[in-house]
Amino acid sequence: MADSATSRSRDLDKLLLRPGNLVGPSFEPGPELRDDLRDYARVLVVGAGGLGCELLKDLALSGFKNLDVIDMDRIEVTNLNRQFLFRLEDVGKPKAEVAAKRVMERVNGVNIVPHFCRIEDKELDFYNDFNIIVLGLDSIEARSYINAVACSFLEYNVDDTPREETIKPMVDGGTEGFKGHARVILPGITPCFECTIWLFPPQVKFPLCTLAETPRTAAHCIEYAHLIKWDEVHSGKAFDPDDPEHMQWVYKEAVKRAELFGIPGVTYSLTQGVVKNIIPAIASTNAIISAACALETLKIASGCSKTLSNYLTYNGVEGLHIKATEFVRNKDCLVCGPGVLIELDTAVTLRKFIDMLEEHPRLLLSKASVTHRGKNLYMQAPPVLEEMTRSNLSLPLFDLMGKVSRDVVHVAGLSSMDNKKASSMRKLRVAFKGVPDGVTDMDMAGGA
Amino acid sequence: MAEAKVKYDRQLRIWGEQGQAALEKASICLLNCGPTGSETLKNLVLGGVGSITVVDGSKVEVGDLGNNFMVDESSVGRSKAKCVCSFLQELNDAVKAKFIEEYPQALIVTNPSFFSQFTLIVATQLEEDSMIKLDRICREANVMLIFARSYGLTGFVRVSVKEHTVIESKPDHFLDDLRLNNPWPGLKSFAESIDLTVADPVAHKHIPKVVILVNMASEWANSHDGKLPSTRQEKQEFKELLKSRMIAMDEENYKEALESSFNVFAPRGISSDLQLIIDDSAAELHCGSSDFWVMVAALKEFIANEGGGEVPLEGSIPDMTSSTEHYVNLQKIYHAKAEADFLVMEQRVRNLLKKTGRDSASIPKHTIKSFCRNARKLKVCRYRPIEEEFNSPSLTELQKYLTDEDYSVAVGFYILLRAVDRFAANYNSFPGVFDGGMDEDISRLKMTVVGLLNDLGCNGQTLTEDLISEMCRFGAAELHAVAAFIGGITSQEVIKLITKQFVPMLGTFIFNGIDHKSQLLFL
Ligand SMILES: [Zn+2]
Repeated sequence: MADSATSRSRDLDKLLLRPGNLVGPSFEPGPELRDDLRDYARVLVVGAGGLGCELLKDLALSGFKNLDVIDMDRIEVTNLNRQFLFRLEDVGKPKAEVAAKRVMERVNGVNIVPHFCRIEDKELDFYNDFNIIVLGLDSIEARSYINAVACSFLEYNVDDTPREETIKPMVDGGTEGFKGHARVILPGITPCFECTIWLFPPQVKFPLCTLAETPRTAAHCIEYAHLIKWDEVHSGKAFDPDDPEHMQWVYKEAVKRAELFGIPGVTYSLTQGVVKNIIPAIASTNAIISAACALETLKIASGCSKTLSNYLTYNGVEGLHIKATEFVRNKDCLVCGPGVLIELDTAVTLRKFIDMLEEHPRLLLSKASVTHRGKNLYMQAPPVLEEMTRSNLSLPLFDLMGKVSRDVVHVAGLSSMDNKKASSMRKLRVAFKGVPDGVTDMDMAGGA
Repeated sequence: MAEAKVKYDRQLRIWGEQGQAALEKASICLLNCGPTGSETLKNLVLGGVGSITVVDGSKVEVGDLGNNFMVDESSVGRSKAKCVCSFLQELNDAVKAKFIEEYPQALIVTNPSFFSQFTLIVATQLEEDSMIKLDRICREANVMLIFARSYGLTGFVRVSVKEHTVIESKPDHFLDDLRLNNPWPGLKSFAESIDLTVADPVAHKHIPKVVILVNMASEWANSHDGKLPSTRQEKQEFKELLKSRMIAMDEENYKEALESSFNVFAPRGISSDLQLIIDDSAAELHCGSSDFWVMVAALKEFIANEGGGEVPLEGSIPDMTSSTEHYVNLQKIYHAKAEADFLVMEQRVRNLLKKTGRDSASIPKHTIKSFCRNARKLKVCRYRPIEEEFNSPSLTELQKYLTDEDYSVAVGFYILLRAVDRFAANYNSFPGVFDGGMDEDISRLKMTVVGLLNDLGCNGQTLTEDLISEMCRFGAAELHAVAAFIGGITSQEVIKLITKQFVPMLGTFIFNGIDHKSQLLFL
């Protein structure tokens, strides 16, 4: 072991090698802790944007060596005021790849694996391989998806307490202008994203009749051009917000409409803001929130201090307001709870089961893929897997699940909750009627 | 530059072209470029400040590679200021970046006039006596100053300027300036021109709430000796009266009127915050008064005369259910009144400028206009000299913090952050820097804490054993995540100070990285 004073972990060693009284319950200080963090801890960063760039840097300098980053976006010029790992010549390249490369260039010994794809493209097993998942996202849908994935690994004991080794910790950050939040989610223990979904009220949309009949503001004129006029003129051609010609067209139409009604304020910048729902973003807020997330990740992984309990808000608009709030779990949460219980006859086929999910009032899940204990029972996509699993559809689910009396299955599909379709993942507890607990094939065979 | 406009699009939506221009004019000096300072500057360089000057006399050590992203393997043994500066330059070539290889604490003593060339100094990781000296220099030279320090799982940020005045404070939630409790004649006659009893249901549900409330308020006043509703019961009756005028359940305009009816009951005149500002002694003008105070003096005159107790009208209205025609007309009426108020204010500002011996055109029109629009939201921030706070902190506040559970850890860290500097002055290193001798350092730090508390007037008080040991465990470590947090807060406050938008923090911010019960302390 190199002398602490001259090693690159000079500062971190103070926290990881020395005992303290204000630390986490699992804290075992020593060089082994530092080495384990470096050699074995695996952290996934979801998003390589404003928060993601900061997170990768912060984690790479907080003792972690094995990082992955996933992002489907390419670099744009408007990213450069805050996404400090990107340069003008990187515009158009995948964010995840450039971000990973830049951090590896500067921090010796760090290995970052980039994944340039959608979060839904990865199998469940991919996510299960990480010790901690850190979220640097700007969309509610993506947060909700990863949250459901992490919660799907959670298993409960018979007394409905969570099994500790199945808890997949998440650290989530979000910013908007001078405001942001950082939170720690320990599924089954602290509230998950879905438990406190009310913290993210849905965006208010303008009623169509206002746009069509009584426009009053510049935004009304813009949305008229974007949502009504575009379809009238371009029958069938989809509007592409990233096509500058499309945006110009909407802008010019909005100006015309504003002139017609005597409404001031339509600009090109506002047009983009309204149409793309642009959230203002700056480097400093992202830095603050990411740093808080990285610090919590270090604490969860090492126990070197207490963990944030459980939701931190930052507001720098008027002075400085930082507050930690302890939210409580929703005991009936569909996502982090023990799972919706579905009782079935042993004769029910997989196809029938999939149809039932679409009708189930608490699920409303269409196009479901089903997995059991990591085994694909039926996959909607890709075509190869679909073909391979198609024959299972006509078999009884009871047989496919190894004739156990009850077990957990994971289903992924499109949920249509609140009149909105979204990719979602649910954990279900399936129990078969008339099969006594404890006398199953699995038990007979000595399995667990 | 079209490209810069695209590059800065996401921040222009926050502080606008004016804020951006202020940033691009600013020259920032950073003292010490460890991770706390480097991260602060990184955020400012990305945002496009005019120039940066990095001052640091140290060479890069291997240990620095573990906490500072701005240095790498090839930097070891070279000037830290130079390495950090060249990485920062890579982030934004529009920024002029230079470095000075010198120790800040020496520069403060040998060349105090050096600091007067900058807009703002970011002083990181300085010890107490350098802080005090630098604070005196910057106040003397009228240079803005902000201190930042990371220390283990704690740290602080403290702004130090004599006075910072804000016109565009841009608060998140602020009452619309509708004047429903005190409508001017133009608004009143417009409202009267619209018949609330119109029979056509489409016309009825498109009367804007402002018109409904102005008319109903005057109807109420006519039957109540000219008074508006004031008691709880009267307010309830007023709302019932509103409801009784709905002709269908789905009349959004009436629902909005009900929700906004408190505007009718609100007391007339200005807020107590604004009263404090116009009563401030700085509003008594002299030849050196700043533009802000000249305008405040004009505002004071306006309120007492033409305003009839009110500030100039802001002039914009929120969206509300309405026909396009009514809404656009209403907008014009508010706008015209705001314009008239502005012209009066402008004349008063010009007269006051002349009176104080200044060119009457020296405050541009757009500044006066912005002042009028934001008259209700003005902010004045003043900061105690660091030396005063250190020598005689508010004892009542200090005692309160020490006994308040939510503050006890934060104030403990405040005391400890000062105690470690005393410790270093006495024993030549910070407590717990070396692995051996921890127990001795803990007891020495404890004695230092007791001594410091005594000097501050908290005789016989101390801090918990756990917190003192924790401070020793930190061993003056500068952890990257903590430095990035403190640096983020610091850059945010710098942006507010330079753009003169939003409200910078008051007091001393103490970071509590243990459970995030960070606090602002007003000492
Ligand atoms: Zn939940």
